[in-house]
Amino acid sequence: MSLLVFTLIFPLLGAITLSLFPRMSYGAARTIGTASVGLAAFTTALVAIFWSAAGGFPFIQTLWQWIDAGDFQVNFSLYLDGLSLTMLGVITGVGFLIHLFAAWYMVHDLEGKPGMARFFAYMNLFIVAMLLLVLGDNLLLLYLGWEGVGLCSYLLIGYYYETPANAWAAFKAFIITRIGDVFLAIGLFLLYVVFGTLNIQAILHAAPSVLAQGGTLANVAALMVLLGACGKSAQLPLQTWLADAMAGPTPVSALIHAATMVTAGVYLIARTYGLFLMAPAVHELVGIIGAVTLVIAGFAALAQTDIKRAIAYSTMSQIGYMFLALGVGAWQAAIFHLMIHAFFKSLLFLTAGSVIIACHHEQNIFKMGGLRKKLPFDYAMFVIGGAALSALPLVTAGFYSKDAIIWEAVANGHGFLWAFALFGALITSIYTFRLIFVVFHGEPKTDAHAGQGLAHHLPLAVLAVLSTFVGAMIALPLDDVLPHDMAEASHWIELFFEVLAALVALAGVAIAAGLYLGNRKTVNDVVASERGQHAWQLFHGGLGFDTLYDRVFVRPFRATARVHEKRDWIETIVNIVPALTRGANTGLAAGQSGRVRAYAMIMFAGAAVLLALLMFG
Amino acid sequence: MLLCWLLFIPFIGGLACWATSRGRDNAGLARVIAFLSMAAVFVPAVVVWFTGDFSLSGDPSVAPAWQYEIAADWISRFGIEFHLALDGLSLVMVMLASVLGMLSVVASASTVKSRVGVFHANLLWTLGGVIGIFLAIDLFLYFFFWELMLIPMYFLIALWGHEENDRSTNTAAAVKFFIYTQTSGLAMLAAIIGLVFVHYDQTGVLTFDYNQLLTTDTSGAFGMVLMLGFFLAFAVKLPAVPFHGWLADTQANAPTSGAVDLSGILVKTAAYGLLRFALPLFPEASANFAPVAMTLGLISIYYGAVMAFAQNDIKRLISYSSISHMGFALVGLYAGTMLALQGVVLQVLASAVSTAALFILAGQLYERMGTRDMRALGGLFGRLGALPGFSLVFVVASLGMPATGNFLGEFLILFGAFATHPWFVVIAAGGMILAAVYALYMMHRVYWGTPDAGGTIANMRAREYTMMMALVLITLILGLFPNTVLHVTQAVTHDISSWFAAGVIAAAQAS
Repeated sequence: MSLLVFTLIFPLLGAITLSLFPRMSYGAARTIGTASVGLAAFTTALVAIFWSAAGGFPFIQTLWQWIDAGDFQVNFSLYLDGLSLTMLGVITGVGFLIHLFAAWYMVHDLEGKPGMARFFAYMNLFIVAMLLLVLGDNLLLLYLGWEGVGLCSYLLIGYYYETPANAWAAFKAFIITRIGDVFLAIGLFLLYVVFGTLNIQAILHAAPSVLAQGGTLANVAALMVLLGACGKSAQLPLQTWLADAMAGPTPVSALIHAATMVTAGVYLIARTYGLFLMAPAVHELVGIIGAVTLVIAGFAALAQTDIKRAIAYSTMSQIGYMFLALGVGAWQAAIFHLMIHAFFKSLLFLTAGSVIIACHHEQNIFKMGGLRKKLPFDYAMFVIGGAALSALPLVTAGFYSKDAIIWEAVANGHGFLWAFALFGALITSIYTFRLIFVVFHGEPKTDAHAGQGLAHHLPLAVLAVLSTFVGAMIALPLDDVLPHDMAEASHWIELFFEVLAALVALAGVAIAAGLYLGNRKTVNDVVASERGQHAWQLFHGGLGFDTLYDRVFVRPFRATARVHEKRDWIETIVNIVPALTRGANTGLAAGQSGRVRAYAMIMFAGAAVLLALLMFG
Repeated sequence: MLLCWLLFIPFIGGLACWATSRGRDNAGLARVIAFLSMAAVFVPAVVVWFTGDFSLSGDPSVAPAWQYEIAADWISRFGIEFHLALDGLSLVMVMLASVLGMLSVVASASTVKSRVGVFHANLLWTLGGVIGIFLAIDLFLYFFFWELMLIPMYFLIALWGHEENDRSTNTAAAVKFFIYTQTSGLAMLAAIIGLVFVHYDQTGVLTFDYNQLLTTDTSGAFGMVLMLGFFLAFAVKLPAVPFHGWLADTQANAPTSGAVDLSGILVKTAAYGLLRFALPLFPEASANFAPVAMTLGLISIYYGAVMAFAQNDIKRLISYSSISHMGFALVGLYAGTMLALQGVVLQVLASAVSTAALFILAGQLYERMGTRDMRALGGLFGRLGALPGFSLVFVVASLGMPATGNFLGEFLILFGAFATHPWFVVIAAGGMILAAVYALYMMHRVYWGTPDAGGTIANMRAREYTMMMALVLITLILGLFPNTVLHVTQAVTHDISSWFAAGVIAAAQAS
């Protein structure tokens, strides 16, 4: 099991090689970039086998002592348990498939321009950072990975840096997630001071005795962790960056902004669940944030014209489900949905990428249309992914994972959150099938050339299989890590709620069909009306958060900076000192003019003053 | 013996460089001599690093545990000695000086063309003065080196200043630098003499010896005044807002090669002075003064960050960013816990390295593009070979990315300060957001965006590439294997923190 470290070493070597030789050929870069992650995935499989053969106990691999400063001792240690193994599998497994697809995609996207090695270097580095995030046995190592994935995300969103908009989207993503990171950092400081350690297991173990249930300390610590998670996972109020992050190449969106990095917040909260158990108010807040985000993002997804932005809002919404699950104490269901979501969402993104390439870099869904004839393979893939996203009953993986969450919400007595979740399910299937109907049905509006080759077909096919009930059959070894989902009720009640959720999902499909199949007269009329226009603008812009933040934060900061652009005000004040000195110099120098008449005048004036003083003094 | 070697090699090397410029200006020889001189400092320092025993001292109440110590009479009438000593803290600072010294020589190779011998003489003397500062533990000798370092530095700025400027602008910058540091130096001299008299008053012994002065009782109002004298001198050099006016002007007008910037960075190691003198000599006054100093630190963090964001000149941006970095150091210093002090050491080293790298890169950029004005740059990422990649690395280091020393420096400071000053830490942590804003903003204005034309303008030379690789490695070592430094400085920081802690208790009892 000491193989574990090799899951890091392979991608790290890949990243180093790729960045030291940036001018290597396309073929070499693709091979190195993909193979390194493939080897990591293979190592993960071996580790999983050995680990479960050895009984599935937590395994710690200490690489070296990282920091030794008095009482502050932190090791560079990897920690493997059911939760990190699950994440490890998703990151290397789905990661490998996405790298493989990227090897196809980037050739068509770059079209001969340089940058292949740079792309795979960033991607491999991302895998390293993400693995450190989930394998770190202490919060500081986790934080290292946490910031590392943020950096790689920044670099990959802005990968096509020559378009300024892309670079600024990257900038926005980095800054907003960094705001969350600072909260997480403060949480780390607090936890260290309270617990005297940053080791996650030690903190979880000590939490019930050190923290008072519902006390300020527990609440503040949990809130800081939650805000950090909100930044990374694009949840309210730090969600605005994710849609813009779609500026990156599509495999990036699949890997970072769907399957792995954005779910890091979910992992973090699950990993530190003991803190949230001690802070019931904040724990409740997790669920509320998830519920609100999932509905808001769902509305926004309804009003997107860019295929990637629509899927991005959907990601935000699905992570909202995971937060909701965490908030109602359905820890295992959250992680299960995280994995299933990684399957079907990367399938959707990769298929979208394939469609975009096929349509010559077109991303506007209303300029596509009728593609099911020309791209039958993509059509099938997108329908499978979309069905899983909409949680269509029985055959899709999403049905099992998402309905578990909806059921747990009601079973744990969170009726309010359940209503949000159910409503969100309706919106989900409407926007999903809106995409399918607009892109693949109706009149063809563009010609398209289907993608070819194993690197194109294989990842999609594997992910498609995993998005069906097959994926839902994966049993996660979470029982020893996270509390059991506690829902207890008779099977009939459970069945009733599951059928209800399934019906809602199907109703969404029917509504989407009614609106978007055929001539779309109803929906066009609604959007064309004045109120419809307002609503469209509101939803299209992600419900106005960007404008708000721009007014409250960005503009005041820029105004402050503009004041300082020309001069340093403090220095201007300090410069009064030399100015005074110079003034005194000028004044005194004037006294030494060398003119005898002036001297005589001054002498007489002085004598007169003295005389006056003597007389009246 | 070792101490004399470390101290005198740069001065002797400087004389040799000067000699090469007699008659024909033998530039190559001067460069080789200068480089070898700094290497001759670096190598023995590394040997000490590996062989020395820097474990925790038993009892901080007795004299500090010096690894090497040498003393000789100098002006015995006033109790002034030629007294050098080295412990873990001085060792890492000397190593930093020698590394940056070697880099200065290499970095100036392509830009300094006139009076090369004299240039290197001045460079080496500045470095010699800096090393003297790190080794001297007689306060008079310390002040001697403090002043000595300024004069060659003045000439470097005035005579080899930024090529675009006329001579008078460079001279003005040099004068500004000189006056700032002279004035503050005067405050320190007064404080040193005051301290010596207080000691004389208490013990009847007239001495400038650091070990003996440590035992002086400096509580009370007069102690506070003396402490402020030291603080002022160091705050100017650090610099902390509002004493920062000289830095940006000096560095913007310094030779573009970056050579002088590096010396400027060394000058900024005033954090060393605070660690070595201000805190241990005046624990109680320092404890009382801590809220003010930490507030200045916070102001420096934010003010430096906003100013950095507002700049158009790359070098001014880097200058202001280093003010922001030093704000963290100030917060850590006056938090005073061992963890925070260890963080300060890391922060000073890492910030020096990353700032040095950014200055050198700015110089290389200027050499290729003919301007440092970011309004005139943009879209260069694909056009300068490996240069943008290195810039990216150090920009990212400068904003405190984990796995770099800058991150650990900041974080250890904040971890160490949180227990006693949680609100200061929370506010300081907010500065990390602004650090990301100004640092990435620079990437955006210089490297991202639409290029004017295709094709490569110029790649890096092998020499430049090697130099940058070395700096990348140092940054990563500081971030991933910080124990290489922490183990060397643990005894020193442990002692200082326990003195400071005693001061905090005394201050609490007094009030």
